[in-house]
Order: sequence, then structure tokens, then C-alpha cells
Amino acid sequence: MSDFLVPQPATIPRPYPSAVSEPYWEGAKRGELLFQRCGACGHAEFDPAILCRKCGSRDLAWERSAGLGTVYSWTVVWRPQQPSFVVPYAPAIVDMDEGYQILANVVGCDVADLAVGQRVTVEFHPVSEGYALPYFRPV
Amino acid sequence: MWRACGYPCQPAAVPGHPFRDVVVAGVHNARQARVLEGETSFTITIEAALGALADAGLTPRDVNGVVGALSSDIAYELGLGPVWQSASQLGIPAVVEAAACIAAGLSDVILIATGSAGVYTERSSTAPWTRPNNEFVAPYGMFTAAEFALIARRHMHLYGTTSEQLATVAATVRNNGHANPEAVYYGRGPFTPQDILDSRMVADPFHLLDCAMTAEGGAAIVLARADRVPDLPNRPVYVLGGSTDRIGPSYRHAPAWDLTGRDPDGIPNGYVGRRAAQRAFATAGLGPDDVDTCEFYDPFSFEIIRQFEAFGFCGEGEGGDFVLDGTIGPGGRFPITTDGGTMSFGHGGATVQLLQRVIRGVEQLRGTCPTMQVDGASVSMCTNGGAGALFTDVMILGNGRP
Repeated sequence: MSDFLVPQPATIPRPYPSAVSEPYWEGAKRGELLFQRCGACGHAEFDPAILCRKCGSRDLAWERSAGLGTVYSWTVVWRPQQPSFVVPYAPAIVDMDEGYQILANVVGCDVADLAVGQRVTVEFHPVSEGYALPYFRPV
Repeated sequence: MWRACGYPCQPAAVPGHPFRDVVVAGVHNARQARVLEGETSFTITIEAALGALADAGLTPRDVNGVVGALSSDIAYELGLGPVWQSASQLGIPAVVEAAACIAAGLSDVILIATGSAGVYTERSSTAPWTRPNNEFVAPYGMFTAAEFALIARRHMHLYGTTSEQLATVAATVRNNGHANPEAVYYGRGPFTPQDILDSRMVADPFHLLDCAMTAEGGAAIVLARADRVPDLPNRPVYVLGGSTDRIGPSYRHAPAWDLTGRDPDGIPNGYVGRRAAQRAFATAGLGPDDVDTCEFYDPFSFEIIRQFEAFGFCGEGEGGDFVLDGTIGPGGRFPITTDGGTMSFGHGGATVQLLQRVIRGVEQLRGTCPTMQVDGASVSMCTNGGAGALFTDVMILGNGRP
């Protein structure tokens, strides 16, 4: 078992979007990482919401992230949630430069290289039915 | 210590204690095992329910309230109806709700019962109650251990908390179960912290033995208005205080330590349970120094450290050192999870183990624990939680009428 982190096979469960999250997943198909920005207070919102969680405004507009962030917390999973996942994999919470947090897996490094504060950039990998998942890779 | 942490107790808002006339009349843990052959969730729930009624010296005819996911089935099967019924979540929220319903006069003998058997069958996956299907976490292979790992890792980064400190918690809890003949993992130890660290990694920093196990079983509690149970076979135990803390749905949003609501200076997700503890202590008129046994929820070793900080037993970032030096072990000032908890005593599906924390607190206050009885225990603090923080429930029990 290698300790090098790679994207999961396309056979893992794909995301099932809601009406609110549809633009996000359509963006991912195009290789764009989207988030919502509140027009009233400027708060960067993720995951997709109906109201701004900070001020309650409905004035949320989609923006494209530059895809750069910093690892906030991480884990390495060695016992998969279900058999279609290949271990090890590394779910992490990333502080995006635009001011929001996102959970995704880190790939492209050894498990020993994972660290809070690591700079990462987004990349996309396919899952079934045309969907794509954001992952992060150390810069 | 409570005041030093900056979270002063507030006096109760009403004169007289709201649960003065509410007693925990009966408790029962049904048979439990890794797998209970021939049982279903309902059969083992009924076994637990009848056991708790017998423990209270009551029969089904005395019951006029029932709580639980299977409460409709229980009401019919035991012929309880018509009764007040709640499909509340089990565990501490159900017990607090039942106490409030008795205090408010909606019902006066309430049966709270749960059971789980035959639910976890796909053994190549993690247990079904640990697996999200949400679009933002499921595709990343998240499950409960990974959720709590992200919380623990952040704390380790912020405060230098170590895997050895986590392992000390796990070894303490597992040794409590090792000694307890009623525990599913009775006799599996004893464990040293090094044994925990030597077990295989599940979700870094959690090794296998840092994590809860899975099992099958049932649990039930009977709460009653005191005048309905004048001849209790066992010493009555009282609900001194309780509350629940919820931040959002489980397994949908990134479990960040610093997640807050609209108030950016509000209690963060990492300390979920603090507001509930403040409420519970305020109702009880007590603080952490008054607690004799800490029947804390132990899904993962770090959760115990987090709860000691959240509830004000120690300062923020001090939980790792707090659990060393025997404080949480047998004979220590704050013995934890004295039956062996979810790591060793039992973990009957999604909810049985929640109620078992309360049952153990009751047994401590009756002075009837077969093992790890804390001499003279008069106040027990019981907790529930889950899903990478996001929720923590608190209950304070006592054996003196409030």
C-alpha cells in the first residue's frame, strides 16, 4: 500500500446536486471552483446557501475562486467509508483565499507531507455521469 | 475553577427547581453483544423497556407517556395507550424532554426505550449511522471517525495536544470496560496508552482503539412524578439540570473547529456543549467542581479532552494535560465513562449508547455499579454528542432531591 495520495476512482458515489447547489457542480464540470458572495455584507459563503449565514441577506451571487488556499485541518483515512474508496485518502478542510472553508481530499503528495498551513491549489477529477470533484494539491 | 474559566453560573430563572418532583425511577440495559443473533431492534427494545419498568417496580399499566423512534410500536405492543408520545431523538434530549413534560403535567410516568439489532450488515463499509450521503462530504469518503479527526487535528495544531494524551483517554475508558462483566469487551484488556498507539490507524490521529466499537443491544429509562412512585425499589435519582447544543445537521458541512453562527464571537463548533453545560449547571446551581463522576460520551478519545475544555473543567487548550496524572482514572478526581463507554461497554447502533451514559450515571448515584463505583458519588454529569462536534447534550444527575 503506497502512502502517496491519489484521486479516487470514478466509481465512487457521485454528488447529487440540489436546486441550490446545481451551479456549483456545473462549475466543477467546467473546471471552475465556485462559491457565493453576499452582496450585503461581503461574506464568502460555502457550501451553497439560500441566505447569508452571517447577515441573513438573500443577495448571494456566485463567484469563481482562484482555487488557492491553506490547509486548516486534515486527516488520513485508512479504513474506507465503503469499498469503492481506495485508501489512504486525506479529507482536509481548506481555508480558501477568498475567505471561506471547503472540505475536499488532498492528493499529489505523501501522507507524511500533510500539514496545517500547507498551501494548496484546486484540481478536478471525474466521477460518474459527467460530474467532476474538486481536489487539492500542494503548491 | 468554573469562574476562573470565565463562564459564571447564573441563578435559575424560576424559584424552586423545575424537576423537584421528577425522579429517575427505573433503568435497564438489555443484553448486548457485537451481534445479537435472532433479535431485531424492536425485540431488544421491548426487552429493555420491560427491564426498566421492573427496575422501577412498575408495570406497563402505570405508563402514560412513551418516547423513542419505535414509540408507536411500543405503545401498541405493551398496550400502553392512550399515552402521550414523542418520537424525539433518544439519549439525553429524550430524557430532558421527558423531565420537562412531567414537570409541565403532560404525563407523569414516561417510558424511554431504544434498541438496535440487525442494522449493521454491510461490514465492508463503516456502520450505516456513520455514513453521510450529502453531496459535499460523501464523495470525499467522510464518516464519523474522519469528522472527529478533523476536529482533533485542529486542536493538536493549536495547542500541541498529543497522540499519547489521546491514547491515555482511550486506555482509561477501555480499562473500565475490561473490568466490567456487563461490557461487550469485558476482559479484553488491560490496555496501556502504548497499546492504543500500536493499533492500526483508522483516521489519523485516531487508531482503531481510539474509536468507539459497534454492537447491538437495548436501553430504557423510566421517569416519573415522585408521588406516582412512592415505593421505589431503588434509591431515587433526580435530574438536576440538562440541555442540548446543536449547530446544524450532521454530516453535511465541514466540521471546522472555528465554525460559528451569525455571532462571530459566539461559542465555536469546537466548544459545542458549552452553552448546554452552562444551562445545566445553572439549573442545578452547581459547577464542574461539584461533579463526582463524568459519564462522558466517548465516540473517540479526543472527545473527552474536548468536553473537559468545553464544560469548563479546565481552560482552553489545557485538556491534553488535564487527562494525564490519573485525574480521569479510578480513584481520580474526575473519573470518566466508568462502565467502559462506547469503546468497550456497548454501542447499540445509533442511539442505545446515548441512553447508556445516563443509565451509568444513575447506577453511580444509586451506588450499585458492579465495578468502578465511585464512593459516595452524589452528582454525575452525563453527555452525548456526535458528527464531528456539531452537537453535544449535557445532563446533570444527583441523588439528593433538588
